Amino acid sequence: MNVALAKTGTGRALSDIFAVARDRLPGAGKIADARQQAFEAYERAGLPHRRIEEWKYTDLRVLMREVLPLAPELDAAALKRAAAALKLHAIEGVRRLVLVDGVFAPKLSETGNLEKGLGIRTLREVLEAGDSALQAQLFAPEDSDAMVALNSAMMTDGVVIEVAEGAALAQPLHIVHIASGAAPAAMFTRSLLKVGRAASATLVESFIAADGAKAYQVHDFLVASIGDGARLDHVRLIEDGREALNISSAVVTLGANAQFNTFGMTSGSNVSRYQPIIAFAGEGSRVEANGVNLLNGRQHADTTLLLDHAVPNCESREIFRAVVDDRGHSVFQGRIIVRPDAQKTDAKMMTRALLLSDEAEADNKPELEIFADDVTCGHGATAGALDESLLFYLRARGLSEKEAQALLIQAFVGEAIESIANDGLRELAISAAERWLAARG
Amino acid sequence: MPLLEVKDLQVRVDDREILHGLSLTVNKGEVHAIMGPNGSGKSTLSHVVAGKPGYEVTGGEILFEGEDLLAMSPDERSAKGVFLAFQYPVEIPGVATMTFLRTALNAQRKARGESEFSTPDFLKKVREVAKSLNIPQEMLRRGVNVGFSGGEKKRNEILQMALFEPSLCILDEMDSGLDIDALRIAADGVNALRSPDRAMVVITHYQRLLNYIVPDFVHVMSKGRVVKSGDKELALELEASGYTQFEDAA
Repeated sequence: MNVALAKTGTGRALSDIFAVARDRLPGAGKIADARQQAFEAYERAGLPHRRIEEWKYTDLRVLMREVLPLAPELDAAALKRAAAALKLHAIEGVRRLVLVDGVFAPKLSETGNLEKGLGIRTLREVLEAGDSALQAQLFAPEDSDAMVALNSAMMTDGVVIEVAEGAALAQPLHIVHIASGAAPAAMFTRSLLKVGRAASATLVESFIAADGAKAYQVHDFLVASIGDGARLDHVRLIEDGREALNISSAVVTLGANAQFNTFGMTSGSNVSRYQPIIAFAGEGSRVEANGVNLLNGRQHADTTLLLDHAVPNCESREIFRAVVDDRGHSVFQGRIIVRPDAQKTDAKMMTRALLLSDEAEADNKPELEIFADDVTCGHGATAGALDESLLFYLRARGLSEKEAQALLIQAFVGEAIESIANDGLRELAISAAERWLAARG
Repeated sequence: MPLLEVKDLQVRVDDREILHGLSLTVNKGEVHAIMGPNGSGKSTLSHVVAGKPGYEVTGGEILFEGEDLLAMSPDERSAKGVFLAFQYPVEIPGVATMTFLRTALNAQRKARGESEFSTPDFLKKVREVAKSLNIPQEMLRRGVNVGFSGGEKKRNEILQMALFEPSLCILDEMDSGLDIDALRIAADGVNALRSPDRAMVVITHYQRLLNYIVPDFVHVMSKGRVVKSGDKELALELEASGYTQFEDAA
C-alpha cells in the first residue's frame, strides 16, 4: 500500500482500502449507498489541510499523511492484550462497553442486568437490522467535514444507547476504545446516545492502547441527543499511545430545559483533533463544555468546538486550559454562533494556555458570530509562562522546581476539572493529570 | 560558629549595584533589626539570602552554619532552616492552603532525610498554631492567601514560620500595611518563636515594630551598606533624628 501511495497519492490508496473493507462493513442497501456517497464526498475533499480555515492549525496532509488500512478482525491474542490494558484503566462502579480495534467486544463488556429504561445495542446490529429512523439519525450529521464523511463510509462498529423517558441512570456508562496495537491500523467507530425526555445519564469515553501499541488511527464519531428536561454528563479522556492519531467528532443536540456538562482531557496520542458540535434546539437549556490539554514531546492536540445557539434563552460556558511543554502544540478553536432568533443568549468562553518551554505553541482562536441583539456574550484568551513570583514563593517554602511547577499546573487545570459533577470521575481526571505530571519527572 | 555570616556582599540588579560590600553576623538566639530608608538595600539583602532569582552576586559570600548558602537552591536553603517572611506574600489561586502547608512541610522534611508528618499530627499542629495566631479554620480552606487581608497574609507567614520551625527567620517589613491590632497579634506570634536555637532578622523602615519585637542588635543600612550598629537604643535615636544623618555618612 505504501508503494501505491508513493505513486498515486492518498486518494487511490484509500479507494483500495475502501474496496477491500467494504465486505466487512455492516449494512446493505440504503446504508451501503450512503457509505458510497460519503466515501465519494471524502475522495473529492481528501485529507483536510491548512488552506481550509477550520483545519489551519492541524494540517492532516502533514500530520497524518495517509489513512491506514482497516484493523484486521479481532483474534484471541488481540483480545488478551486489550483485556490487560483495560485492567490498568478500569473505573469502579461503571458499566463498561468495550470496543477493541473498532469492534464491540462482548466478553470485555457488561451488557447484562440493564437498569430499567436502558437499552444497548451495537452499531453493527442497528445498521444490519435496526429501524430506519434510528439509522437515519446515525447518518444525519455533517458530512461536509471530510473526516466525518470518511467515518460515515468506514464505520465498523460502536454502541447505540437509548435511555428511556424519565429514566435516571445511577451507573455511569463507560465506552472504552482500545487499540490492541499488533500492527499499524485504522479503526472507525460511531456511537449513538439518546437521552429521553426528563432522563439523565453519565457517559465516559476513554481512548487507550495495549502496551507497546504501534502507530494506529482512531476515527470516532458520537451522536447524542438530550431530550426536553434531560441531562447528560460527559467525560472524555484521551490516553492513547504516543504514536497514535485520534480524529473524533461529536454532534450533541439539546431539547428544551436540558443540560449538558462535558469535560475532555487529552494527555495521550501523538496527533489528536476533537470537533464537538453542540446545538441548542429548545429554550432554557444550559451547556458547560470544559477541556484540558496536557502535552509534551511533539504532541499535537486540537479541540475545535462549535456552539450553536439557534433558539432563545440558552446559556453556555466554556473553560479550556492547555499546558504545553517541550515542542508540544495545543489548538483551541471555539466558535459560538448566536442565530437571529436566539435572544437572551448568555454565552461565555475562556481559554488559557500555559507554556512550559520556549518551543511550546498554543493557538487559541475564539470566534463569536452574533446575529441577535439582546445577548450576553464574552470570550477571553491568554497565554503565558508560570508566574515567577509564585514559583519563588513555593521554592522558598521548600518545594523543588518540579514540585512547585506541578502544584501550579494542577491549580491551573483545576478550574476546568472542577466542573465534573461526579466525584469519582472528577478524581479520575485529577489522577490522569497527576500521572502526566509525575511522568515529567 | 555563627548561624549566618554575610561577608562583604556585593549585589547587582540589571547592571546597577544595590549592595556595596555588606557584612553582617548573626548568632543563634539573637534578634537583629535592620533599619534604613527606602532604597537602602534592606529587601535586596533578604531576597539574596532566600535565593530569589534576578540578583547577581558580584562579590563576597554568605555562609549559613559555615556552608556556602549562595551555592544552594531556594528549596535547599529552606530545608536547611532559612525562612523569609515576605513583605508581599503572593496569592496562589487553586492551591488550597492546607495542601500547600503539607506539601511544603513534607518537602523540607524529605530533603533533610526525615519521615513525612502523619496526617493527624499535621492537622493537630496546624490547628494549634492557627488558633494561637487567631487564624480561623475557614481561612485554611481557601487558596493560599486568596482574598486574605494584609494582616491575614502576614499571619499566614507567621503560621508557616511556626510550622516549619526554621533556624533563621527573616521578616521583611512585617509591619507594612498592618493596623496596630494586627501588628500586635503578628508580633506576639513572632515573640512566641524566639528561642536560643533560632535567630531572627527583622527588617523594618519604622521603629514602631521594635516596640513589639525587641531586638538585641540594631543595624542601620544606607546606600547598600551597614553604616552603624548598636543595641535597641539606636532605634529610638533614629526615631528622633531620622535617617538623614546616615545618608551623608554612607
